[in-house]
Amino acid sequence: MQTKHYQKLYMVPYFLWIIVFVVAPLLLVLYYSFFDVEGHFTFTNYQKFFTPVYLKMTFSSFWYAFLITLIALIIAYPVAYLLTKTKHKQLWLLLIIVPSWVNLLLKAYAFIGIFGQYGLANGLLGLVGIAPKQILFTDFSFVFVAVYIFIPFMILPIFNALNELNDTYIDAAKDLGASKWTTFRRVIFPLTIGGVKSGCQIVFIPALSLFMLTRLIAGSRVITLGTAIEQHFLVTQDWGMGSTIAVFLIIAMFIIMAFTADRKRGA
Amino acid sequence: MKKLLSILVAGLLVSAALLYGVHWLNNDQGYAGDKTLTVYNWGDYIDTDLIKQFEKETGIKVVYETFDSNEAMLTKIQQGGTTYDVAVPSEYMIDKMIQANLLLPLDHAQLPNLKNIDQRFMDLPFDPKNKYSVPYFWGTVGIAYNPKLLGGKKLDSWNDLWDPSLKQKILLIDGAREVIGMGLNSLGYSLNDTNKAHLQKAKEKLSELTPNVKAIVGDENKLLMQNNEAAIAVLWSGDAADIMGENEDIDYVVPKEGSNLWFDNMVIPKTAKHVKAAHQFINFMLDAKVAAQNTEYVAYSSPNKAALQYMPKEMVEDKRFYPSPGLTKRLEVYKNLGQKNLAYYNDLFLEFKMHRK
Repeated sequence: MQTKHYQKLYMVPYFLWIIVFVVAPLLLVLYYSFFDVEGHFTFTNYQKFFTPVYLKMTFSSFWYAFLITLIALIIAYPVAYLLTKTKHKQLWLLLIIVPSWVNLLLKAYAFIGIFGQYGLANGLLGLVGIAPKQILFTDFSFVFVAVYIFIPFMILPIFNALNELNDTYIDAAKDLGASKWTTFRRVIFPLTIGGVKSGCQIVFIPALSLFMLTRLIAGSRVITLGTAIEQHFLVTQDWGMGSTIAVFLIIAMFIIMAFTADRKRGA
Repeated sequence: MKKLLSILVAGLLVSAALLYGVHWLNNDQGYAGDKTLTVYNWGDYIDTDLIKQFEKETGIKVVYETFDSNEAMLTKIQQGGTTYDVAVPSEYMIDKMIQANLLLPLDHAQLPNLKNIDQRFMDLPFDPKNKYSVPYFWGTVGIAYNPKLLGGKKLDSWNDLWDPSLKQKILLIDGAREVIGMGLNSLGYSLNDTNKAHLQKAKEKLSELTPNVKAIVGDENKLLMQNNEAAIAVLWSGDAADIMGENEDIDYVVPKEGSNLWFDNMVIPKTAKHVKAAHQFINFMLDAKVAAQNTEYVAYSSPNKAALQYMPKEMVEDKRFYPSPGLTKRLEVYKNLGQKNLAYYNDLFLEFKMHRK
């Protein structure tokens, strides 16, 4: 009895934390989404969200987030795989993680320099005889920088999954005459799908609401839902519309979580 | 259980030590008690040597914080987390703050240096009799361009920007009023127009500008222009002066169709804790020599008439930054259009940004 009583007591800080920092803010966002600029209760924000401007914005946010996640995955999986094969894997892993400690803004400013008309990228192109190109403020530069920023978060979970993979499974597959490709497709990948899923989750969700990069690297040519939320809260002071977009983002995130959740647990 | 307790005690001890450390540091640097002043200003908008001079003269410690848009500033002052003693909003925001009862009236008796301000810039419609505000800097919105990158081309009007030869050359400032205002001015409308038909027309005209727009950015435009990354930028006059100081090829023009005339003004927010020190600071900034030094650093146009004699002659006589009365007449101050119209401006600006070639 005594221990059970204590256990309940231990839960109190946890519940308080959840209520104050998770549930209450979400409810506040939902509450604000029902008010217009002048503070009247209204559903117009929701109507407004279904106009072409915001639908287009939602679509392009998803499209860019999808591209960023896909490219990050394509690069991260082989990297994580090779990492598990190296001698000093923890050291190599650290080297990949260290750049993520640098502030995002600093990295963005660095890329403004690198991608500039007279920057490193165009300098290298010049060496092979290609005339300077407009790299900064294009879709390419936006996706490139976003992938660069998110890639450590994709590599980590996949690396962990691969690292925990029991080598005897691979040996067994080889013994039974599976080719390398088949081993990968039928054994390695299915066994590490958990890492891939959490990697996609960690990248896709923040990518959906990126906002500083859209101005610094894409020159406001890419407008995501995150940009719109920032604008509505800081510039227009239309907290209602900003909250409404946030509500849809939250719904989208729940859907993504549901899709990428580990289904094995229930079985 | 014992282990948990010892971890808890250790945690509390570390927190206490950190708290004491912060307290000690604050005391050591004078950030305690009444001898402080929190100033809230635009980024890169004061000669920091002057803050040191003020601290030396008065013994008041200045905590200096910056913002990058009037709206961001308003949000922070409304929330009142930090008690700012002096802030520097633009004129349309002052109108709004007066209506929202967010400002303290100034005590002119404590501001003897107010006499230095040019009468042209006193008693303006957004703050009659300067009850709440004192002008800090003024300027225009215009076009900075680099003729060398444009084959010697000269620009003098908004409509020049629509020239098809300027593909991918223009940087716009990321501000709804500035960009929509430019569209309105180019059609000959007032930049305070709230007629929806006119605004729609302006948005359609702006959409045609899209192929020429390289990017819509914030303060980065200075760096991009200096380094010849871009040939044309629509920006505030002070930023233009900054760029021209770094890159001599660049020229600045206030378009002949008319443009925006703006003022940034020192005010004391209602939440201020050190009202006397705030007056001291404002009066200090109004001193002729101080204002002259500040103007040389910031490079926007000074409303301080007495300061002009301490400034280099070529600066004061530059018609691009101290425009003739003839041009000034075609410049308009932003009016506070109200929340609803502002939201409409922002919606249009968002649509313009979403418009792809």
